[in-house]
Amino acid sequence: MSTAGFVSARSLGLAGCEACGLVVRLPAADGMDHCPRCGERLHSRRPASIERSWALAITALVLYVPANLLPVMTTNTPLGAVSDTIMQGVVELWSPTSWPLAIVVFVASVTIPLGKLIALAYLLLTVQRGSVRSNGQRVRLYRLLKFIGRWSMLDVFVDTFVVALIQLRPLMWVEPGAGVIFFAGVVVVTMLAVNSFDPRLIWDLPQQERHGDG
Amino acid sequence: MAEREAAPQAAELPLAEVTARKRSRLSAVWIIPIIAALLGGWIAVQKLLAEGPTIEISFASADGLEAGKTTVKYNGVDVGRIESLRVAPDRQRILASVQMTPAARDWLVDGTAFWVVSARIAAGGVSGLGTLLSGSYIGMQIGTGSERVRSFTALAVPPVVAANAPGRYFRLTAANLGSLDFGTPIYFRRLQVGQVASYALDEDGRGLTIRVFVNAPYDRYVKAETRFWQASGLDFSLDADGLDVRTQSLTSILIGGLAFDTPPENADADPAAVDTVFKLFDDQLTAMKAPERGSLQYVLYFDESVRGLAVGAPMTFLGMPIGEVVSVRLDAKRQKKDVAIRARVLVAAYPQRFLDMMADPQVLTAGRTAITPEMRHELMNRLVARGLRAQLQTGSLLTGQLYVALTYIPTASPASIDWRSDPPVFPAVKGSFTDIEARLTSILTKIEGMPLAAIGKDLQQSLAALAKTLQDVDALVRRWDGELSPELAKTLAEGRRTLAAAERTFDGAGKALAPDSQTMSELQATIVEVRHAAQSIRVLADYLERHPEALLRGKSEETQE
Repeated sequence: MSTAGFVSARSLGLAGCEACGLVVRLPAADGMDHCPRCGERLHSRRPASIERSWALAITALVLYVPANLLPVMTTNTPLGAVSDTIMQGVVELWSPTSWPLAIVVFVASVTIPLGKLIALAYLLLTVQRGSVRSNGQRVRLYRLLKFIGRWSMLDVFVDTFVVALIQLRPLMWVEPGAGVIFFAGVVVVTMLAVNSFDPRLIWDLPQQERHGDG
Repeated sequence: MAEREAAPQAAELPLAEVTARKRSRLSAVWIIPIIAALLGGWIAVQKLLAEGPTIEISFASADGLEAGKTTVKYNGVDVGRIESLRVAPDRQRILASVQMTPAARDWLVDGTAFWVVSARIAAGGVSGLGTLLSGSYIGMQIGTGSERVRSFTALAVPPVVAANAPGRYFRLTAANLGSLDFGTPIYFRRLQVGQVASYALDEDGRGLTIRVFVNAPYDRYVKAETRFWQASGLDFSLDADGLDVRTQSLTSILIGGLAFDTPPENADADPAAVDTVFKLFDDQLTAMKAPERGSLQYVLYFDESVRGLAVGAPMTFLGMPIGEVVSVRLDAKRQKKDVAIRARVLVAAYPQRFLDMMADPQVLTAGRTAITPEMRHELMNRLVARGLRAQLQTGSLLTGQLYVALTYIPTASPASIDWRSDPPVFPAVKGSFTDIEARLTSILTKIEGMPLAAIGKDLQQSLAALAKTLQDVDALVRRWDGELSPELAKTLAEGRRTLAAAERTFDGAGKALAPDSQTMSELQATIVEVRHAAQSIRVLADYLERHPEALLRGKSEETQE
């Protein structure tokens, strides 16, 4: 699929103000552009989109390690305290009766965050390499990333509810583990990374892309 | 909308305002992953720092242990967790890999002990009830060694005494364990002051060595002369004083116990050293008996039966125990061609105990604390010369138990102690009871020897003669009946006549005996005289009864008036 037949605002040297909608011409001069009507900053592409995305994606990846290694939940009973990480929870749920639940937790808590990061990395890499193939599919992937992002907090919500509801001291109570904070961090940072990514870059031609995310 | 309608011409569009761009915005965003990496790294370092040494503990059985769950606790604080369990290559034991906390690093020295804590109902009570719910855990006791060790062997039984508990260990030797167990309490004046720490069979299997721990303030009451005894349960004794029940406490009745005490004369001695060996006595009575120091052995020869004389039977001197029987044997003595076999009783006498019984031992020791052998020889020779003999006496008629009694027998034939033989031979005489027995036997023999058959025969003949006599009498009576009856009737008629005559005579006499008649008054005077005479005779009879010798010697002086 080629973009050659289409004209983008950027290729015409124009940009729309994101605050007031005024279409302005971007001067060739180097510097920060502002909307003459409302003073909003203007950029034809989100500034430093790829760089920020990369940084945030790497942050998410770093946070993903403690999120999975640290316990997310500590269950205290008179029999003792049991701390479980996400994977331990999955393993514990993996029984003949509750294996569907185990799959749900595994998919929501392990596969999806990792999948999002991999997908984002793929998008970033292809954009950086100036790939022009299967643009439509990449845009669909981007939409999927944005959509899934808001559901990724499932594990954090479950944890929060369980901790809030199961407070039957001294018989049984549940305390949140440090892992859940990192997990929430992974989800939030991944969402920010996806948000930083400018899907318009997918359609930019290599030579134009180099010109600029001014 | 309006913008879309106005067909835009690129040149008409307003130009964006340009301000100077700030440099170095490029790298700002990279702070976030760096912070995240630092955070992650810091947590990783924390985790690594929190990771203590891994040790290996060998258990006889992994019963109750669970990899990843079972914790190691020191005084109730978690200091480690079992990582994995595996069977040792020799398939005899279970090896547990335990992840310890960093704080425990310095505690993993030789002497540190581990054991499985589970619910245990033992002598000392019920322990570890919490483990019924939480599962077993591994107890830990820190050793005193300095060498770091990484592999340990778990104790089979939890240690009773904490390693750093103040107090002292002592050793007791016992013939059997009785009802003792780990943790069996030790009482001093019925106060629990310690417990049994461990016990082990001696190498030769002939006894047991029990290791006891006496807690700190009380260990100084354990002296070199202290006696330990089994205070297990109830101690009944039925003796001349009646039924005596001794116990330490209700706990000791249920689970047994040990008790110790020091004889009053040694109560001020220095405390015993650590690991002093004591003998464990069976009961308080034997334990508190005076120590048998310097026993002297004597041999007694008896010609009579020694049945009922047991080893350990007491030897008494005028009823006071001063020794005991050591052995009872038979002894053959060759006299020319004849062989005499008699019972040889070896007894041990305790001179110190003898002295202790003396109200004033100085009389015997002549101012010294102990009797010298010369003094003892002389003393004993004199006592024997006065008739002191050993004799078997019956302690109990029911059981026939004998004991050796040293008593004065004035009628005994002269004898002396044979000091030349070793041990010396002390003269013995036949026992009093066996003497009675012999006499009874001789009486019975005499009775047996009586011509009872002949006597019976004589008696039979006499009875036959008697029967004959009676027959004769019967015949006589019958003859009288026939021949004498008519005569008798005649006599009766005559008698009746005589009576009538008598009646008349009495009539006359009646007049003569009227109260106012002279005859009557004389008669009364006579009767009074007779009464006086009778009184005198009674007095005489009384006196003679009390003083029969008066018949020969006359009335004694003091009783004359």
